Amino acid sequence: MNKIAIVAKREFLTRVQKKTFLLTTILLPLLIFSFYGLIIYFVSGNDEKYTIAVADEANLFKNKLKSNSTISFSEVPGAIKDSLNTWIRNEKYNGYIYIPAGVTVQSLSSIEVITEETLGIEGRSDIQDLIDDALNEERLLAQHINPSLIDSARQKSTINFQNIDGADQSNSKFEASLAVGYIGGFLIYIILFIYGTMVMRGVMEEKVSRIAEVIVSSVKPFELMMGKITGIGAVGLIQFLIWILIVMGLNAIVVQFFPDLLTAMQNQPVQPGVIAAGSAMQQVEANGGLSILSSLNLPLILGCFVFYFLGGYLLYSALFAAVGSAVNEDPQDAQSLLLPITMPIIFGIVILIKASSEPYSGIAVFGSLFPLTSPIVMMARIAHGIPDGVTVWELILSMALLIAGFICTTWLAGKIYRTGILMYGKKITWKEMWKWALKKS
Amino acid sequence: MNILELHNLKKFFATQKAVDDISFDIKQGSIFGLLGPNGAGKTTLIRMITGIFYQDEGKIMLDGKLFNPTTDALKIGYMPEERGLYKKMKVGEQALYLAQLKGLEKNEAMQKIKTWFERLEMQSWWNKKVEDLSKGMSQKLQFVITVLHQPKLIILDEPFSGLDPLNANLIKDEIYRLAQEGSTIIFSTHRMEQVEQICDHIVLVNLGKKILDGTVYDVKQQFKNNSFRIKLAAPAAHIASNAFDVLSNDNHELTVSIKPDADSNDVLSYFIQNNIRIVSFEEILPSLNDIFIQLVEGTEAMSRAFQKVDN
Repeated sequence: MNKIAIVAKREFLTRVQKKTFLLTTILLPLLIFSFYGLIIYFVSGNDEKYTIAVADEANLFKNKLKSNSTISFSEVPGAIKDSLNTWIRNEKYNGYIYIPAGVTVQSLSSIEVITEETLGIEGRSDIQDLIDDALNEERLLAQHINPSLIDSARQKSTINFQNIDGADQSNSKFEASLAVGYIGGFLIYIILFIYGTMVMRGVMEEKVSRIAEVIVSSVKPFELMMGKITGIGAVGLIQFLIWILIVMGLNAIVVQFFPDLLTAMQNQPVQPGVIAAGSAMQQVEANGGLSILSSLNLPLILGCFVFYFLGGYLLYSALFAAVGSAVNEDPQDAQSLLLPITMPIIFGIVILIKASSEPYSGIAVFGSLFPLTSPIVMMARIAHGIPDGVTVWELILSMALLIAGFICTTWLAGKIYRTGILMYGKKITWKEMWKWALKKS
Repeated sequence: MNILELHNLKKFFATQKAVDDISFDIKQGSIFGLLGPNGAGKTTLIRMITGIFYQDEGKIMLDGKLFNPTTDALKIGYMPEERGLYKKMKVGEQALYLAQLKGLEKNEAMQKIKTWFERLEMQSWWNKKVEDLSKGMSQKLQFVITVLHQPKLIILDEPFSGLDPLNANLIKDEIYRLAQEGSTIIFSTHRMEQVEQICDHIVLVNLGKKILDGTVYDVKQQFKNNSFRIKLAAPAAHIASNAFDVLSNDNHELTVSIKPDADSNDVLSYFIQNNIRIVSFEEILPSLNDIFIQLVEGTEAMSRAFQKVDN
């Protein structure tokens, strides 16, 4: 049996057989889902209802004040201020508006809303909108303009964006591509971090427990490193598969029982990834269901996702392994050594945002070709399809560069790893690691 | 027949010459002591023999052929000084894993592990995690893992450190047994009394160079200073002869140093002629410890600590 395979098998089995693996794999998505559910529940589910008494002695609103789901107005003709105040104190109403007699729409300068408790920001804007609607209509009528005429004149025009080849670039498709690209890039970003650190910790464990020397007397350090990377990569794939299944299952359940949840989710400033996911699904539902998603080149996107997932993981995990081999007992050393590795990943996520809306901008093209950022950035461009988001030769070049980059980092990391894993006691700097990497074998 | 031959091995690091032109041979079935102060280059030398490092110059012949780290892993068992095991892994699985890495097939490895575990009474450990073992127990496990695949060449770096006398003897007996069965053992240590006890042949390295090479007997002969300890039946006051100088006279016991042109029989005949009855007469040979200190002292290496052993 190939030695890389033996090492990979152990790395895979020891991780998968742990109880914590099952726990995190199954519980983590549940936890994240319930966490977001809670946030959404608290932010959007606060259905605090306000009842506002309106003492309109000037008959300004003429019963045109409409109520909505949170604010309801009730006219209390002829009420005086004192009794209004008592009503609020008794909590019969949450607040009141008092318009003295003789005020007209033209002469009105301000309206006072008096409440017992301070109103929330949403309540305030709701009241503002409702009053504005009513008053605007009144003002138009005062000028002898029929409000319905204005409504019919003010309409959103339908604009279809197309490129010169006649390909559909409608907003709905564009937004769906944007969301899909964003989700893809974001997932790869998470993968790089989670499994990269897992590789690093595995290497550190071998070094700290002093087993490295025993093993490298029977296996080449490079085989040990590759075995570890392969094994943990397999764990990642399995874990991701389970997560996708669970998320899909949960999604079905959630949509079944809480049909409004996704709409609510999209309106909340929760987290970019979730918003993107939410808005993508929103798009799907709003714009004729699956037809929008099917207008994207899904096989291409999925294929590229797997390619960039593997390429990015292999490229970065080798670097993470190199750092792990250079670290001694003190895990804090790892922090400073990791910085040069995490920088391009974070840089990639920054470019991703730009690239998802402007796939042909200079920085997006650069980011999708440069191997350290391309796994993340290319997802944004590929989601727009060929040639809307990326040209064929750019994609091929990017893939070739990623493969070259992965071979290059693995080769360099292998050399650092070989020296680092047997080096104890000394604090290693990047300068030294660089020297090891360039040293002749 | 030589199991291992080193020819002009060199390994230079950026700051020092770790191994600077070392050559020696090791006979099959012998127990070989590789000695030297800390930082002398022993570990680097061993790492080249085990294929962890590549030499800058020179060549290594293993079992009559040029050493190939990839294919010869099965022929070598190495227990490094910095030893460790996966703490969270079960004892049996760990042994099996490491044996498979050496190149054994699963069934074969399983069988050998069982034999060894029975021999050292470790069967009950199989499902224990390594972190639950005591230091001595994990050392025993480490030893088993090192010799499990019946390597022709076994390299043990400080194998007895941390072992109680009982377990140390157990391991020592196993080492003898392995040597008798034809394995060759390279034994790297600072403990000179163990070397004297166990090793047939020694090499002393210092500052990357070989400074001594020979059997324990030859080395001692080489460094003896012709002194003898003589026990007398009755105290003798005035002893003087052309054949020897009296170094000390403590009632019944004399220490004498024989002059270059005389030999031990001249000493004996002096006492016989003077009718002084001798109870015992023995040559004082230097201990390896003394030889070691004599050779290493004064060099740069001496600034480092070295374990002192009373003989």
